Amino acid sequence: MADWISLPVNWVFLVLALVIAFAGVKVVTSRNLIHAALSLVGVLASTAALFLLLSAEFVAWVLVLVYVGAVLVLFLFGIMITRAPMGREVSLDNERRGLAAITALATFALLAGTSWVAFGDVEIEGVGDPITTGDLADSLLGRYLIPFEIVSFVLLAALIGGIALARKDRSPAEEAERTDA
Amino acid sequence: MMPIWLALAKVLLAFVVGLGVVVLLVWFERKIVSDLQNRIGPNRAGPFGILQTVADGLKLFFKEQITPSRVERFVFELAPFLAVVPALMLFLVVPIARPIEITLDGAPYLLSFAALDINVGLLFALAMSSIAVYAIVLAGWSSGSKYPLIGGVRGSAQAISYEAAMGLSMVAVVMWVTTLPGVTDMGAMSVNEIVLRQQGTFFPDLLALSWIPQWNLIPQFPAFVIFMIAIFAETNRAPFDLVEAEQEIVAGFNTEYSGMRFAMFFLAEYLNMFTMSALAVSLFLGGWGGPFLDTIDGWAATALSFGYFLFKTGLVLFLFVWVRATLPRFRYDQLMQLGWKRLIPTALLWLILTTLVVSFREFGAPWA
Amino acid sequence: MTEYFQDYITVGAFIGLGAVLVLAMLGVASLLRPSNPTKAKYLTYECGVDPVGDGWAQSHVRYYIFGLLFVIFDVEAVFIFPWAIKLEELGMFGLVEMVVFIAILTVGLVYAIRKGVLKWE
Repeated sequence: MADWISLPVNWVFLVLALVIAFAGVKVVTSRNLIHAALSLVGVLASTAALFLLLSAEFVAWVLVLVYVGAVLVLFLFGIMITRAPMGREVSLDNERRGLAAITALATFALLAGTSWVAFGDVEIEGVGDPITTGDLADSLLGRYLIPFEIVSFVLLAALIGGIALARKDRSPAEEAERTDA
Repeated sequence: MMPIWLALAKVLLAFVVGLGVVVLLVWFERKIVSDLQNRIGPNRAGPFGILQTVADGLKLFFKEQITPSRVERFVFELAPFLAVVPALMLFLVVPIARPIEITLDGAPYLLSFAALDINVGLLFALAMSSIAVYAIVLAGWSSGSKYPLIGGVRGSAQAISYEAAMGLSMVAVVMWVTTLPGVTDMGAMSVNEIVLRQQGTFFPDLLALSWIPQWNLIPQFPAFVIFMIAIFAETNRAPFDLVEAEQEIVAGFNTEYSGMRFAMFFLAEYLNMFTMSALAVSLFLGGWGGPFLDTIDGWAATALSFGYFLFKTGLVLFLFVWVRATLPRFRYDQLMQLGWKRLIPTALLWLILTTLVVSFREFGAPWA
Repeated sequence: MTEYFQDYITVGAFIGLGAVLVLAMLGVASLLRPSNPTKAKYLTYECGVDPVGDGWAQSHVRYYIFGLLFVIFDVEAVFIFPWAIKLEELGMFGLVEMVVFIAILTVGLVYAIRKGVLKWE
């Protein structure tokens, strides 16, 4: 235990973990949607810092770029097109809270269990020289090729779904009228 | 291993250079625009009015700062921070002068003039410019007023549209640089490395053409054009300054801001202009490179290379101002059409073309 | 402490320096500036007339599509970076993989254009 305390890396980890936990609770308890989204930014930024601690630079900055910079901006747009006009304080709870809590606990158990089984008492040696982007490319386009290509289909499906929801369908007559004009 | 004081000195240097250039840039813009419009422009504060920005800044300290009663206070006060900090951060990865060999604790050490020299520098730059969107959208949202809200949503949609194009043009540059001879496996995403790869000339053996510098501008010209258009839109400058289209939405997302808080958005805009120009110089115009650097050495060469860097950045900034004084503003639908139907398809096409050229260079033509 | 961690301490220091700069400027201004609150000053500014409605407007759904497209192209750029770095070793096979990847996402953009969701009317 004394060994644990003497390593500054562990302290950084502890602080980040506490920030993540706190901000995570804020995400679900905040009654203001924008504040909830900002708490989520906090969660993701701290997660990126955790990756930095494991010297996974590329993954860390991708997390910032894609999640903080793109996905959450998408969330903000989502809020702007729906709830924003209804004012700031809205009740976001409903009667499915219990179910949600069970799901959250189950997910936590699953993730924690998997990490335990996989890494149990392995000492993580990430602290030191950064993992190069080249190594990442090797596993991405080698070992994880199929998931990588599937990602593109998932993205495509998301886009088509979004377009289907956003698009106003016109009748053929309207369409003809528009092309004439 | 660099001692901590040196790291701090580099951070301070980047900070001072960034802010110093911004102070000059505001004056530079006003002076150039007034010349282009046949006016005199600022000429009272200091020689040629060079202290005008300082005077304006001092004035803003004495201005009343109003927080309208309808704003969402926490987010409203957070937004200026989110505007300034990412704009400053972007500058960290830009090398501002040639690295110099110094002696540190008796051992030689190569001192680089990028405050932060990481392998994934470009990714870092992209991430910072995407965080800048938050300031616009949150300032607009928290103001509790229609015009800022519209300005904020518009501005963020515009910024993300053009950022996609910017990212794709950067990818093309990385692809081009990686396959140049002698680049290390991890190097091509570091801005420092990209600048180093552009030193030298294309045809060192042909006397008549040996002066042509090996800048990415030439082989990657389309990427340069895409990148420039994208940074104009990213920084919300004319002709893409729809966020603050006065005739439609007053001052856009910062309508409700006043006093020093408003000044922060102003500062962020100019900082962004400068850091983006510096990035453009580093990616396409050879960074701090220039003639005669090899004939002198030591700190004189470093100073000269810093001069080249400032000069080139100044040229790009002049382009910003020139365009602002020349072109009318786009309509919002034209802006989005240009982004998604012209710029991004062009960027994709250029990406594929670069891929093919680079692959031929690497693996030989498929028919050979 | 390695060079790597020092780099990120630099990043932290710079964030701190930027925040301190903003805080300092706002702080100094708060000591110097006057404060003469009158009721009208705290009204929302709408070109001089009294504000109409409550200041919240619903945005058009098309913004969401732009956001979605951005996520897609952002992810695309991010995935191309590691491949671009390792282009030589991955060879022709890597090239084909990447072209397939880009092609699938381009289909999305073409679909969006053809369906007219990028049109402003």
